[in-house]
Amino acid sequence: MSDIDGRRWHDMGGQTAGQIPMEGHDFALWEKRVDALMVLCGGKGLFTVDGLRRALEDMGEDAFEKHTYYERWIASVNQNLIEAGAYTLEELAGKMDEVAARGASYGEAQGDG
Amino acid sequence: MPHDHHDHLSPSGHPYRADNDGPLTYWQRMEIAVRELLIEKGVVTPAEINAQIDAMDARSPANGAAVVARAWTDADFKARLLADASAASREMGFDIGPLNLIAVENTATVHNLIVCTLCSCYPRNLLGLPPDWYKTREYRSRAVREPRAVLREFGVDLPNDVQVRVHDSTADMRYIVLPARPEGTDVLDEAALAELVTRDSMIGTGLPRNPQ
Repeated sequence: MSDIDGRRWHDMGGQTAGQIPMEGHDFALWEKRVDALMVLCGGKGLFTVDGLRRALEDMGEDAFEKHTYYERWIASVNQNLIEAGAYTLEELAGKMDEVAARGASYGEAQGDG
Repeated sequence: MPHDHHDHLSPSGHPYRADNDGPLTYWQRMEIAVRELLIEKGVVTPAEINAQIDAMDARSPANGAAVVARAWTDADFKARLLADASAASREMGFDIGPLNLIAVENTATVHNLIVCTLCSCYPRNLLGLPPDWYKTREYRSRAVREPRAVLREFGVDLPNDVQVRVHDSTADMRYIVLPARPEGTDVLDEAALAELVTRDSMIGTGLPRNPQ
């Protein structure tokens, strides 16, 4: 929980915090693909940016510390797509096993999409 | 750049990137699985995904800089930009999508700063994807609490008589700063002016470059 009553973890405005970390990184292909899937699925009416945010905000504070930005996004995109009936949890589990069997690196496992 | 490393193509013909060679993470596995399931179900095509990534890669702060330089040289355009930044940007051929874009003007007495305290909302259609620091807890928390101290960390030390206005973005309403045109730029044309406009000057954490 945050240090201000009634706030959820994402509502950070006005809290105290340390120096702003200035280091950046170039976005990896997998991160750009997550972003593209969000935009495309939104455009096709499968879910909205509010749906994306609802799942992100439900994750709780430790998600922000433990996972990177696009890790949280793919988790939210996936949750919204399952809720929308785009595929089932069983299909996801089967596909993730299949992907893992292809190789140990993203380059080997990424498929040809 | 969208397509560097042409000498290291994957079996599919896509370039590997250095960060594709690390151990496959759980979340990367989920991205691949979600993408392939959507393709198998006919929800999206690989071409649509690649086109979306190319469009994303094509967006950069140069888009926003072109809009700013136009506003600096065309008073009528500037008035339209301040009235409706989405419409004025579309006028220049930039795809703004459905979001409401609001341009806020820096003057000799007012400095504007944009933030998204709740998440990471950003004028991505004009500036590209946000820098990492824009999404950090530190920037999101402090920009609305102590903006002058935040600005000093970015090297911007404003006199006390300059008012600082902080704009908190939402998913539906995004801001872009129209920086003040630097002194000594009367002889520069629109293209040369655009070269002075930095990404951070349009977020409010920086100022435009001075002319050589």
